[in-house]
Amino acid sequence: MNSTDINPCSCCLKKTYDTLTIRHHWDHFLARIGILRSHHRVAPGLYRLGNPTPTSPVFVTANYTLSFDALRSHLKGLSAFILVLDTRGINVWCAAGKGTFGTRELLNKIRQTGLSDIVSHRKLILPQLGATGVSAHTIKKESGFKVEYGPVRTADLPVYLKTGKASAEMRKVRFTLKDRLMLIPVELKNNLALLLIASLIFYFIGGWLAVAGIIAAALTGLALFPLLLPLLPFPNFSVKGFLLGSIPAVGLGILQFLSKPDLAVGQRIVLSLPYILGIPALTAFFALNFTGSTTFTSPSGVRREIYRYIPRMAGMAGISLLLILLLIFIT
Amino acid sequence: MYNAYKENSLRLNQDVCNGCGMCMQVCPHAVFALEDKRAFIQYPENCMECGACQKNCPVNAISVESGVGCATAMMYAALTGKKEPVCGCSKSSGCCNNSCG
Repeated sequence: MNSTDINPCSCCLKKTYDTLTIRHHWDHFLARIGILRSHHRVAPGLYRLGNPTPTSPVFVTANYTLSFDALRSHLKGLSAFILVLDTRGINVWCAAGKGTFGTRELLNKIRQTGLSDIVSHRKLILPQLGATGVSAHTIKKESGFKVEYGPVRTADLPVYLKTGKASAEMRKVRFTLKDRLMLIPVELKNNLALLLIASLIFYFIGGWLAVAGIIAAALTGLALFPLLLPLLPFPNFSVKGFLLGSIPAVGLGILQFLSKPDLAVGQRIVLSLPYILGIPALTAFFALNFTGSTTFTSPSGVRREIYRYIPRMAGMAGISLLLILLLIFIT
Repeated sequence: MYNAYKENSLRLNQDVCNGCGMCMQVCPHAVFALEDKRAFIQYPENCMECGACQKNCPVNAISVESGVGCATAMMYAALTGKKEPVCGCSKSSGCCNNSCG
C-alpha cells in the first residue's frame, strides 16, 4: 500500500450534472478556437451523476471539458458514476495515442477512488477511441473490471445503453463537413502571429499584391483545404495542397504580370514567378500539417509524405525567396 | 470519400487468432471482419495505425507500428532530434493542435 491507496468516503465523490450552462458553452467556444489551450480541464476522479447506487454503470472519460461535458450531457436523466482520468486536459483519442488515457492511468484511478468498494458490479464503459491507449484484457487481469467499449460518439450512448450494443456505424469515426469546419478557427489562430509578421514584411517588399499572396496561401491551406478535403484528388495531402494552391497562385501571378505593363515581358514573368511557385509550396505545407487534425491518416503514410514532398516545397519556396531577393537588389 | 494512403504496417497472424472479435469492436475504420471464427483484414487501406487492435488483442495476433499521423509532430521531432512523438501536446512540443476527436 502506498499513499495513493486511499479508500475515499462518499464525500470525496464529486457531484456533476447532465445539463450544461452558458459558462460551459463559453468554455467550449474558447477551446474550439484554441484560447487558453491547457485550461479546459476537469479535476480527475470519480463523479456522481444523479443518484447512483452500487449497481449504477461506470463511464470513463478524459479530464478535458469537451470530453467530460459531451459525456454527461448525453446521459440525460441517468444515474451513473463518471471516472475521469488525468489526461492533462487532452481529449480521449489524442490522450489515448499518447498513453495518458491508458491502461496504467485507468488502473491507478480505479485504485485511488476505491471504485471496487463503491460499486458492486465489475464493468466499465469506455469510449471506443480510448482503446488506442487501454488494453481491456490487462485491466481485467489487474483489477477484475471488464472493459466494455461504447460507441465512438457520446450522442450514440442512449441507443447503446438501450440495446447494449454499438452498431457498425457507431463504431466508425467520421470526418464530416461540420467536423472540418470546427477545425478552421483553430488552424487560423495557430498561424495568426506568423501570418501578420509575414504580411508586414511582404508589404514592404511587394506591396499589397504580395500581402494578398501570403493571405491567399494561408486561407487556401488553412480554411479552403479542410473544407474541400474529400473532393480533392490524390491520396497525398501535399499533392492536394499543391493543386489547390496553384489556383490562387496562377491568379495572382497573372495579376502581377498585368500590373507592370511598361516592363519587358521577361521581367514581368520573373516578377510573377514568386507567386506561382511560392503560394502552392505554402499551401502544400499547411495541407501536410493538417494530417494531424484528420481522423484517418496513418503515421507511416505521413512519414513517407514528409520525406517525399518537404524537399520539393522547400525548393519551390527557396526559389521564390531567391527571386524576391534578386528583385529587391536589381530594382 | 477520403482517399487514404495505400500501404501501412498492419499485420494479422490468423494462426494465433481466437476469433474474439475485439479488433472489430475497437477499430474506428472497420478494417477487420470475422470469417470462420477468425479475424481477417478486410479493408487494409483503411487502417490509420492507431494501434487500438494491437493493444486489445488478448492473444497478440496483431502487430502495427502505431502512432499519430501528424506531420507537425513528426517534423518537430526530426528537427529537434527527439524521438518521434505521439500526439497530445505535452508542454514542450509544438505538436498538432489536438483538434481531433
